Amino acid sequence: MIAYTPLLVLFPLAGFLFLGLAGPRLRNEKLIGIIGSGMVGLSFALALGILMQMLGSAPEERKAVVELFPWISSFTGTMGSFSVSVAYQIDQLSILMTLIVTGVGFLIHVYSIGYMHGDRGFWRFFSYLNLFIFAMLNLVLADNFLLMFLGWEGVGLCSYLLIGFWYEKKFTGDAAKKAFVVNRIGDFGFILAMLLIFVTFGSLRFDTVFAAASILSPGRTVMVWITLLLFLGATGKSAQIPLYVWLPDAMAGPTPVSALIHAATMVTAGVYMIARCSLLYALAPVSLEVVASVGAATAVFAATIGLVQNDIKKVLAYSTISQLGYMFLAMGVAAFGAGIFHLMTHAFFKALLFLGSGAVIHAMHEEQDIQKMGGLKKHLPVTYWTFVVGAVAIAGIPPFAGFFSKDEILWKAFSSDFGSWVLWLLGALGAVMTAFYMGRLVFLTFEGKERFGHDLHPHEAPKTMTVPLMILAVLSAVGGFLGVPKSLLGSNAIEHWLEPIFDPANHKLLITEHDIVWSEYVLMAVSVAIAAGGIYVAWVMYLKRTGMADRLAARFSRIHRVLLNKYYVDEIYDASVVNPIVTISDEYLWKGVDTTIIDGSINGSARGIGAIGSALRRIQTGVAQSYAVVFVGGIVLVVGWLLLQSH
Amino acid sequence: MTLESILFIVFAAVGLASALLLVTRRNPIISALYLILNFFALAGLYLTLHAQFIAVIQILVYAGAIMVLFVFVIMLLNLRDERSLREGLSWKKVFAAGVSFGLLMEVIYILMTSASGMTELLPAKATEIGTVEAIGSRLFTRFLFPFEVTSVLLTAAIVGAILLAKKKLD
Amino acid sequence: MVTLTSYLILSAAMFIIGATGVLVRRNAIIVFMSIELMLNSVNLTLVAFSAFLGDSTGQALVFFVMTVAAAEAAVGLAIVIALFRRKQTVNLDEINILKW
Repeated sequence: MIAYTPLLVLFPLAGFLFLGLAGPRLRNEKLIGIIGSGMVGLSFALALGILMQMLGSAPEERKAVVELFPWISSFTGTMGSFSVSVAYQIDQLSILMTLIVTGVGFLIHVYSIGYMHGDRGFWRFFSYLNLFIFAMLNLVLADNFLLMFLGWEGVGLCSYLLIGFWYEKKFTGDAAKKAFVVNRIGDFGFILAMLLIFVTFGSLRFDTVFAAASILSPGRTVMVWITLLLFLGATGKSAQIPLYVWLPDAMAGPTPVSALIHAATMVTAGVYMIARCSLLYALAPVSLEVVASVGAATAVFAATIGLVQNDIKKVLAYSTISQLGYMFLAMGVAAFGAGIFHLMTHAFFKALLFLGSGAVIHAMHEEQDIQKMGGLKKHLPVTYWTFVVGAVAIAGIPPFAGFFSKDEILWKAFSSDFGSWVLWLLGALGAVMTAFYMGRLVFLTFEGKERFGHDLHPHEAPKTMTVPLMILAVLSAVGGFLGVPKSLLGSNAIEHWLEPIFDPANHKLLITEHDIVWSEYVLMAVSVAIAAGGIYVAWVMYLKRTGMADRLAARFSRIHRVLLNKYYVDEIYDASVVNPIVTISDEYLWKGVDTTIIDGSINGSARGIGAIGSALRRIQTGVAQSYAVVFVGGIVLVVGWLLLQSH
Repeated sequence: MTLESILFIVFAAVGLASALLLVTRRNPIISALYLILNFFALAGLYLTLHAQFIAVIQILVYAGAIMVLFVFVIMLLNLRDERSLREGLSWKKVFAAGVSFGLLMEVIYILMTSASGMTELLPAKATEIGTVEAIGSRLFTRFLFPFEVTSVLLTAAIVGAILLAKKKLD
Repeated sequence: MVTLTSYLILSAAMFIIGATGVLVRRNAIIVFMSIELMLNSVNLTLVAFSAFLGDSTGQALVFFVMTVAAAEAAVGLAIVIALFRRKQTVNLDEINILKW
């Protein structure tokens, strides 16, 4: 089975190529949908097969590298030889990521058949989605940094293409460009980190680099640089402070895209990358602190913005940023397993929430403002119930998936050697806000009075959309049981499964398993309480005493305005970075340097050569005798020169 | 003054005069006749160098064959009265003449300043190498291959000349 | 006493006269004959060296020069004829297509 690993990647590539080339002539949505989803489904089935084989073998035999072909191989230089292969690495972490990507991806593909029905670019949408799966699998399966970077850039490209999918509208194009440009800043960090890794370790292969890193001792400056630059890449791709600004705008794309790329898979690439490089981070504790601080700060910061947004997808977008913050918090306190666990559960419930919001938007005829919804419960029963499951899962109500993963992170943030009560407090603060805004979202959308026009008759989405919702709801409900902690008599299967990956890092950080202590139960109770409390407050504010929210907004109008305008971060970035660059480019670099100096010198040299040519062309008379005269004159000069030389 | 010197001076004077007249006459037929005279003077000079074979060939091939071809073409084209060919004096020509005169001065300077060391002509030896026998054995031994290749060259020239001079070039 | 140098100077003078003819005359046929003159002056040099060195190689070389001259005369005159057919002139100043 493992030998077939490249097929995992090649199925979606084949789908992309076929749909991209033959799509315009197919004219059959069903066929396009079946091919598009089928290719991802095949990958998922193959990944399941590989997982079965891995489960049947001993933990130390679960890792394999399948090399496809050498990609770059150069001769030995001063830095040593540089060679990179297109090779795929199967291990506990990458197979887990593959299952998430292909599994959730498959469901979202199926959902898209219904959601994108009737769209002019139906075939284009599916070919892009397939390309995305291809790139994402390259990212998670790569056995070296360069191939990972190829996938990293590939998912960025697909993100760009899909955000701007409805390119006729200007704002989607702007959002796509913003996503791309902001991601470039992070990619710049990734590239620099790769260069440093190559200079330090002489290779880009994970195995070689990690083998060399495992004998280093912590505290080398270069490791801090490498890890911080990698983290800069992660903040771009995974929308963390300060590069998160593209993700809310990315909601301009079709909702399945938001679910697949901007919630479940692509934005978690940064988390995966840090997990993959956990050993490098273990060598730079300073970077771990940075990661934890940024993650915690983002978790709270994005949640506060999410409190007041009225666009259903924007709320989910800020929620995604916030949840990604939790994952980075987990990475930062060296709870790598917990972070990956949360990545998985988040993929389930956030994909579910986005797809649910897509069904709502679909039913409301492209209306996204939750203030103009309400009472949809009876029109969209399936969507309602699945959405509620997703909401309670993210809020952290046991026994839904989010409870186990988030609680694990909060506990580690408190108890780990790298954690502190401050980090825990920030996490808890984020958790209560998460519960609140999710409650607000559910109550405003589905409960209460209908606030939309009577000419609108919302109806439930077709089967292709509701079935994926139900499957994801089941996963969101039970997904957490993969990681039930020991304190709750579970076995924490997922962290156990991932142990071989993170053992070197844990060993480096001298992390040992703690015994169960009473404080864990206390914190667990606290987090359940704040989740319930948040939902309760939302219930009070938006259902029981409906005027209360507006009164509060009026009372704290200044804060409310700041939150509504997202802390004016976009405006600050515009004023401090974007506009100066635009001004400098426009006024000086373009009109000054480019047109005057560069164009001037190029045009000038062309004109000069033209002038010389038109002067010289008079010499070319076409009369052979003139040429002969010059020829003889040349002889005279050469002979004369030789004569002068001989004296 | 020896007979040898007298013969050299006479032939050299005839050669130079006929060469000058060749390039200055307007009518090509007159030029051609002066060229023939020049060839005879050269043949005479070859004889003073005891190169009998070359002297004979010079008259046979050059003055006989090649010059007949020239005269034939001149008459065929009937160029005698062409007005456009009236040649005036122009700066270009003065410059060209100056250039070639400069070259002549350089060559003479080189010849006068460098001692060749071969002032003595050995008549016995010179007679020996100028015979048909001597040159023939040279051509058929050491220069056999170039000699045979010459026939290819001449064939090519014949074919080329016919092709070029045909009425329809295309 | 006739020295090698006298032959060489005579040859050089004839060569330069021929070269001047090539450079200044407009009539293609006269230019062509000037070229023959140049070839012959070189022949004189070869024969002179051959005689003074006592080596027949120079004279064999003259033989080859003559062959080449014969071939060249045949082809060259054919070109002149073809040219005359086309342009109705042998004036070299009017034959100025040797450009671009």
